[in-house]
Amino acid sequence: MATVDVDLPHVKEEDQHHYGPAKGLGRWLYTTNHKAIGSMYLIFSLCMFMIGGIMALIIRAELFQPGLQLVEPNFFNQMTTMHGLIMVFGAVMPAFVGLANWMIPMQVGAPDMALPRMNNWSFWILPFAFLILLSSLFMPGGAPNFGWTFYAPLSTTYAPESVTFFIFGVHIMGASSIMGAINIIATILNMRAPGMTLLKMPLFVWTWLITAFLLIAVMPVLAGVVTMMLMDIHFGTSFFNAAGGGDPVLFQHVFWFFGHPEVYIMILPAFGIISEIIPTFARKRLFGYASMVYAVASIALLSFVVWAHHMFTVGMPLVGEVFFMFATMLIAVPTGVKVFNWVATMFRGSLTFETPMLFALAFVVLFTIGGFSGLMLAIAPADFQYHDTYFVVAHFHYVLVPGAIFSIMAATYYWLPKWTGHQLNETMGKIHFWLSFVGVNITFFPMHFVGLAGMPRRIPDYALQFADFNSMASVGAFIFGFSQLVFIYNVIQNVRVGEKATAQVWEGAQGLEWTVPSPAPYHTFSTPPKVD
Amino acid sequence: MTKAITLAISLIAMPASADWQINMNEGVTALSREIFDLHMLIFWICVVIGVAVFGVMFYSIFKFRKSKGAVSEHWHENTTVEVVWTVIPSIILISMAIPATATLMDMYDTSEADLEIQVTGYQWKWRYQYLDEDIDFFSNLATPREEITNEVMKNPNYLLEVDNPLVIPANKKVRFLITANDVIHSWWVPHFAVKKDAIPGFINESWVKVEEPGVYRGQCTELCGKEHGFMPIVVEVKSEADYQQWVSDQRAMKLAMVGEASQEFSMNELVAKGEGVYNTACAGCHQSNGQGIPGAFPAITGSTIATGAIDSHVDIIVNGKSGTAMQAFKEQLSAVDIAAVVTYQRNALGNSVGDLVQPNTIKN
Repeated sequence: MATVDVDLPHVKEEDQHHYGPAKGLGRWLYTTNHKAIGSMYLIFSLCMFMIGGIMALIIRAELFQPGLQLVEPNFFNQMTTMHGLIMVFGAVMPAFVGLANWMIPMQVGAPDMALPRMNNWSFWILPFAFLILLSSLFMPGGAPNFGWTFYAPLSTTYAPESVTFFIFGVHIMGASSIMGAINIIATILNMRAPGMTLLKMPLFVWTWLITAFLLIAVMPVLAGVVTMMLMDIHFGTSFFNAAGGGDPVLFQHVFWFFGHPEVYIMILPAFGIISEIIPTFARKRLFGYASMVYAVASIALLSFVVWAHHMFTVGMPLVGEVFFMFATMLIAVPTGVKVFNWVATMFRGSLTFETPMLFALAFVVLFTIGGFSGLMLAIAPADFQYHDTYFVVAHFHYVLVPGAIFSIMAATYYWLPKWTGHQLNETMGKIHFWLSFVGVNITFFPMHFVGLAGMPRRIPDYALQFADFNSMASVGAFIFGFSQLVFIYNVIQNVRVGEKATAQVWEGAQGLEWTVPSPAPYHTFSTPPKVD
Repeated sequence: MTKAITLAISLIAMPASADWQINMNEGVTALSREIFDLHMLIFWICVVIGVAVFGVMFYSIFKFRKSKGAVSEHWHENTTVEVVWTVIPSIILISMAIPATATLMDMYDTSEADLEIQVTGYQWKWRYQYLDEDIDFFSNLATPREEITNEVMKNPNYLLEVDNPLVIPANKKVRFLITANDVIHSWWVPHFAVKKDAIPGFINESWVKVEEPGVYRGQCTELCGKEHGFMPIVVEVKSEADYQQWVSDQRAMKLAMVGEASQEFSMNELVAKGEGVYNTACAGCHQSNGQGIPGAFPAITGSTIATGAIDSHVDIIVNGKSGTAMQAFKEQLSAVDIAAVVTYQRNALGNSVGDLVQPNTIKN
């Protein structure tokens, strides 16, 4: 990442009048502007995060004590299913796409995304996908209740009627993701400013480039597996029906061939964000830039050959178990390299602890804890004890909540002044951080314990020995959930008022996005900047 | 108001046996202890790496603060360091994977079993068939509904108790052949470190050799529908002599059941018996009041089947309805139970057809 020399005649205030946004609803409906679309993605993601969060709180309220208090088991299963689907496809993925929309053109010095009309479309089909999915809650028989992994035949022969709507919704989400990915690849490969070679790209751009290839590779697999379900349900085929010569385990292989790269889709952009934030607040260049890029690429490649570690208990042959165990453990190596590099970046830096940095530091620690439990889960013989218990729930929530979600919050706080033109309210930011940090750990750390002690996941009621830690987790969940209202307050306040932000915003910030004024004008880099 | 009362009761009924267990059970077999040791080994490796990495990180956070006057240095690459921290973790991982592979090979060695039991998952119960003994029974949750709905105190084995536990002899290698009848289930007993998915159309194998007699409890660990949380596993490990006694008791019980099936029962006897059968076998879906769940499970009350011709009513219970969650109960319930539950459904739950069916007609 070389020093940036930019020539910016195009961002003078008086030029903006001709190119400003349209008025009224059309500003959002017809927009092809990457900033407007990025904002819509982020707002949409926040709404989904709140809806999915309410479902999580219903789950935790029911699990506060043994016995059935608030909801019926069938509704409980609908909540776990919808919570997972909405958080994965509605909250985390659109948030990263929103950040990509906002930041990638500005980080590579492009005037907009390469395919702006498709960009509009890939956003606008998303709300319909989720309306379809959410409407299933009000259908007779209820919403999908077979878990976000929707294993056949529970999701086919034994599914509620609404499964067809779920399949349709997933298809639309997949189409949206694929279009978003194509757009990102086209933008990065074709629209970089002169002089910005691939190995000069900011890490966020790099991680998104690799993520976009993952998306293109695996979203069609997801589309395939749900289409096979559709065939089984409505057209009499037996892909996953043993009685008709099909194979329920095939479903799991195909699903996880999508599903494992999918979990990296939700974490690689987070790696990129953290690799932007830590150098800024350490006032020191990222340690091992090239090895960071290679590590992300290796993780992405390995993600295609580890899928069956989600299936150690299905009765795979011994050789299969051993292969998937070794391949999975290998992933720890490049992931370790990333963590070591972040720590080395901080070492002998000059650190300050503004809100984005706090979230980034929490990410490094808590994501690593999630990585450790992942390493434990990779040990196939031990996985027979961990599999489908709360230990797994603890593991993936550690990598997804203080992992992916914290990185999204860090990114929001980091780039918000650039978007709104107002400096952050650090006090409110820190209140949000500490409440979230404490809440997340009270929620998810005890889940390791009940999981090891033997509590299966996806149960609405549990044996008495698990009662204490479950109450604790529920209290934590409510702390974490309600502290997100502080986040919403912070963002809204920042849009409305605040001290005027400089173009640089953060003292140690490097990169093209910090060379344009804050707030970033509606059109940036109409003339490409020069990078040397 | 009822909600508030139930909540208050459940607060008072807070478990006395709750504990703060934070680690895996070591288990009661050689294999489970081996797995426990692997678990602790990888755990301590993680702890050591964690202490080192977080140590450097927190040192940096405290030492290199701008507020303490730290000025950043300019280096940002070091190939030697990068190679070192790629190679060392790789070596640690390989040294970890070798004992793990050895344990895995033990787990997969199901040869030379002394006893074979087929375990079949049903929505939401387990079936155990002793392949050499002609013993075959279903194992249902035994926790009363009132405990689940917080109307009475929960007993210490809440949700971990069944009507007919699996019984196996101590010190014998028992091989389990695990499969399922409807959706995927998973058979897990933590103290044995045995967890295997029960998949329709597949037969998975697993084995256990328990040294000490005792009672061990587990649960289904694959989401299998509404009552997934309510299909526990209880295994009674008996000494060889006690086990043989149990086997002959089972034979005697079976003979008694055949005799019972040829008897005639009165309407009241059948309805009384049918209520118990209904609550174990039917209420999970059709609900204890017979109302079902609209859109998912049909009501019994006023249904055309339960108020129509008695033959087709018997038929759907005996043979099930393919393509739906309605199972064939001919293997799960005795002729007496089927006669009782049919009679109960026709003359209770808001129905009053007035006819009854005798067990000896079911057999034909």
